[in-house]
Amino acid sequence: MEKVTTMPQSAEKILDHAPLFREPEYRQMLAEKKLNFECPHPDQIVTDQRELTKTWEYREKNLAREALVINPAKACQPLGAVFAAAGFERTMSFVHGSQGCVAYYRSHLSRHFKEPSSAVSSSMTEDAAVFGGLKNMVDGLANTYKLYDPKMIAVSTTCMAEVIGDDLRSFIENAKNEGSVPCDFDVPFAHTPAFVGSHVDGYDGMVKGVLEHFWKGSERSKAAGTINIIPGFDGFCVGNNRELKRLLDLMGVTYIVIQDASDQFDTPSDGEYRMYDGGTKIEDLKGALNAEATLSLQHYNTRKTLEYCNEVGQATASFHYPLGVQATDEFLMKVSAISGQEIPEAIRMERGRLVDAMADSQSWLHGKKYAIYGDPDFVYAMARFVMETGGEPTHCLATNGTSAWEAEMKELLASSSFGQDAQIWAGKDLWAMRSLLFTEPVDLLIGNSYGKYLERDTGTPLIRLMFPIFDRHHHHRFPLMGYQGGLRVLTTILDKIFDKLDRETSETGVTDYSYDLTR
Amino acid sequence: MGLDYENDGALHAKLIEDVLSQYPDKAAKRRKKHLSVATSKDEAGGEDKGLSECDVKSNIKSIPGVMTIRGCAYAGSKGVVWGPVKDMVHISHGPVGCGQYSWSQRRNYYVGTTGIDTFVTMQFTSDFQEKDIVFGGDKKLEKIIDEVEDLFPLSGGISVQSECPIGLIGDDIEAVSRKKAKEHEKTIVPVRCEGFRGVSQSLGHHIANDAIRDWVFDKDDVDFESGPYDVNVVGDYNIGGDAWASRILLEEIGLRVVGNWSGDATLAEIERAPKAKLNLIHCYRSMNYICRHMEEKYGIAWMEYNFFGPSQIEASLRNIAKHFGPEIEEKTEKVIAKYRPLVDAVIAKYQPRLEGRTVMLYVGGLRPRHVITAYEDLAMVIVGTGYEFAHNDDYQRTGHYVKNGTLLYDDVTGYELEKFIEGIRPDLVGSGIKEKYPVQKMGIPFRQMHSWDYSGPYHGYDGFAIFARDMDLAINNPVWGLYRAPWKKMKDAPPTAVAAE
Repeated sequence: MEKVTTMPQSAEKILDHAPLFREPEYRQMLAEKKLNFECPHPDQIVTDQRELTKTWEYREKNLAREALVINPAKACQPLGAVFAAAGFERTMSFVHGSQGCVAYYRSHLSRHFKEPSSAVSSSMTEDAAVFGGLKNMVDGLANTYKLYDPKMIAVSTTCMAEVIGDDLRSFIENAKNEGSVPCDFDVPFAHTPAFVGSHVDGYDGMVKGVLEHFWKGSERSKAAGTINIIPGFDGFCVGNNRELKRLLDLMGVTYIVIQDASDQFDTPSDGEYRMYDGGTKIEDLKGALNAEATLSLQHYNTRKTLEYCNEVGQATASFHYPLGVQATDEFLMKVSAISGQEIPEAIRMERGRLVDAMADSQSWLHGKKYAIYGDPDFVYAMARFVMETGGEPTHCLATNGTSAWEAEMKELLASSSFGQDAQIWAGKDLWAMRSLLFTEPVDLLIGNSYGKYLERDTGTPLIRLMFPIFDRHHHHRFPLMGYQGGLRVLTTILDKIFDKLDRETSETGVTDYSYDLTR
Repeated sequence: MGLDYENDGALHAKLIEDVLSQYPDKAAKRRKKHLSVATSKDEAGGEDKGLSECDVKSNIKSIPGVMTIRGCAYAGSKGVVWGPVKDMVHISHGPVGCGQYSWSQRRNYYVGTTGIDTFVTMQFTSDFQEKDIVFGGDKKLEKIIDEVEDLFPLSGGISVQSECPIGLIGDDIEAVSRKKAKEHEKTIVPVRCEGFRGVSQSLGHHIANDAIRDWVFDKDDVDFESGPYDVNVVGDYNIGGDAWASRILLEEIGLRVVGNWSGDATLAEIERAPKAKLNLIHCYRSMNYICRHMEEKYGIAWMEYNFFGPSQIEASLRNIAKHFGPEIEEKTEKVIAKYRPLVDAVIAKYQPRLEGRTVMLYVGGLRPRHVITAYEDLAMVIVGTGYEFAHNDDYQRTGHYVKNGTLLYDDVTGYELEKFIEGIRPDLVGSGIKEKYPVQKMGIPFRQMHSWDYSGPYHGYDGFAIFARDMDLAINNPVWGLYRAPWKKMKDAPPTAVAAE
């Protein structure tokens, strides 16, 4: 066949992949490639199978899966540990095990935050698999200490080191004895097996490891009214932690945020690369032992840590990502009760403004159906807020949700008439969600960037409000928590609804009678 | 070929000395072998000399704790070689993380109905739990394969991509694959690419190549009528559509691309490969193994080529054409002539905006040399380059690309790269996502040269235009002039940026 001899590209108007491959030259080429060389299934068979995946029959098979996991909404423990370590002053993450893992964690965090993400590996290879990775730990700590001038090195593990059974406590002790780092240098650690739990557990382990390191053997002298706050694994830590601190400062509370990565993952561009920025100060960490109470903003991220805080004699309480009206109320009231500080009028005004906004927009939100997926605390928070706006959280899915989470969700949903038809999907993945969206459709999907494939396949508009967000920029720089955060979540949901409505009503002379100027 | 210039070798030697002085002695001794300054042919005694092992040591273990940028064998197999094969289901076998972090990140473009007959941008994992580590995962793998068959009946086959624990707990994924392949009458490929194997992604490429040899070739009868101009394109992963921008040229010069490995490929394209007349290899590092095997076993010649930038494209097209004789050569000249005005227009537009601008590269196993001439086609200057996972034969090939005085760094550490960039302050750095933001914080323009920074294609003539545009928009964006607050004393005035017409 004679080839097309025209040319799609020109210097005047340079076409990159998105328009380029829609040009006739490429369309023809790709069609011929498929036909002649790919040995494709006939179109009808592909169409039939695609239709089949939309059915209840397929859904039943899909949900009955026992072994295969497809498009899960969770990551592995060490990612959580690396994120956690980024929340402490001049702390370098040191991950003991295979080095490729560390390349993955760094990339994953950088792609979300659009920021540098530093971590080192002990680079274990086959010989270390046989003899253990002690030598790697000894050399590795020495190199990290010398090259990167950290104040603290936080050690976690990849699954390789866990499978062969390397013991961090003794390895670090050995390394100190061999002079890799000074004996009094801070090297907290956490075993973070990737085959147990998920990134939220790695977060828990690392934070607990850090607290244990600084608190063990120290005498606690209770400082009444002071509070520790642990945010949990949070892709929106930049916006959220700053908003949280603003609220606590307004209240005049004495507090320490334990694990605060808001500056580390939001350094300015002014010509200087800051490998370390912000984070909980080591001195503050030591003093945090004396706090009257430790509050966790994400219960499922801090189960072991809070247990430990309890053990040392602190009061504890946990929340589920305080977002929206009532969740924020509860959090502030708890803070007020412990600290003895009143919630100031300024915050009551903020609350009123959020409620005002919700009242203004309630007609657009009432009765809307949602599918929500993500980390357990986030799903809980979103379901609760959605119900505050008169929405129905039809599908609530957490791949790393436990049976305890399921029970808590049940209780939450039963508390509102808007939760009556809601379903909870603990341990399910996003391929299961695909079947749910086809068989029991909703108006809006709330999740992260991975949800875009569900949006494409099922046509459900996606709202990105959880880590990781790779394909939209800077959302994480704004808060979701607190009343201000609630306002942002509200606006984001409304924008999605209005944009869709405008798109659907914009056809000139056909649907544009509904293309209203005021909505 | 290319531009005539020389780099500041003395400065570069000093930079190497400075970074080495910061390591503990043992590490400094090991790192020293990976850092070098390129010397010219004249100094080396006039022969056309590649770099040798005396210049840069490569493909050896990374030092613990230094922040290597390298990945692992799994990344080399699942992420690079197998992952793009579009009609197969690739199971990340082990805990959830590896598959999660590599999910949809390499931009291997393809056409197909995802989840139905195509599966590239999906994450299939066996999501190992503690009990799988303790009792082994073979039974689970069997069940997984059955479930794949049940839910994705149109898949062309399955690959099992081993994560670290598989090799450590002694699972027999080969036996499972053999059994299930028979049962389902489908190709199932077990790949032993556990992340702890080897020293980088590189061994993963090799293991993945061997798996093609052992588990795909000669397994089924391939019904295919071959022709005199049949070629396979090997080692083009169709990142941002690279393979398509290449295919269009190869077809235009009269060749028939019967298989593209592995971007946008179906299993059929791999099975059929031994029937082709010539293997054209782009990414030598990741796929030379299978080319050598096909040469030995099936007598198929292979040829390296380079489709970055017009100088290399022209030279490569002519070289390829020569293999097929006058008819193809004649067509090739027509194609080169056809695209000449585009090339001239692109260079006329961008060269004035880029001329003399300096570039540092740090990429994988091919691009640190392959893209050099594309920059030089725009009159840009390469001051430093390095590989994550090259071998000695890559450095031999690099000598022909780099100029005297160029700084060379193998398996560079985060510390070294930062100090080198700080010391040289190039106008542009081309590297990966982990390097992007530190470099930009320093006020230095950056392009990701693994993923084309979400742009591309960069291969072929169509790609060169995009490449030129992207380098210009990176360097000549006004944001670089805004870094200093005006009330702070200015050291040097930033260049004024002007938009391209």
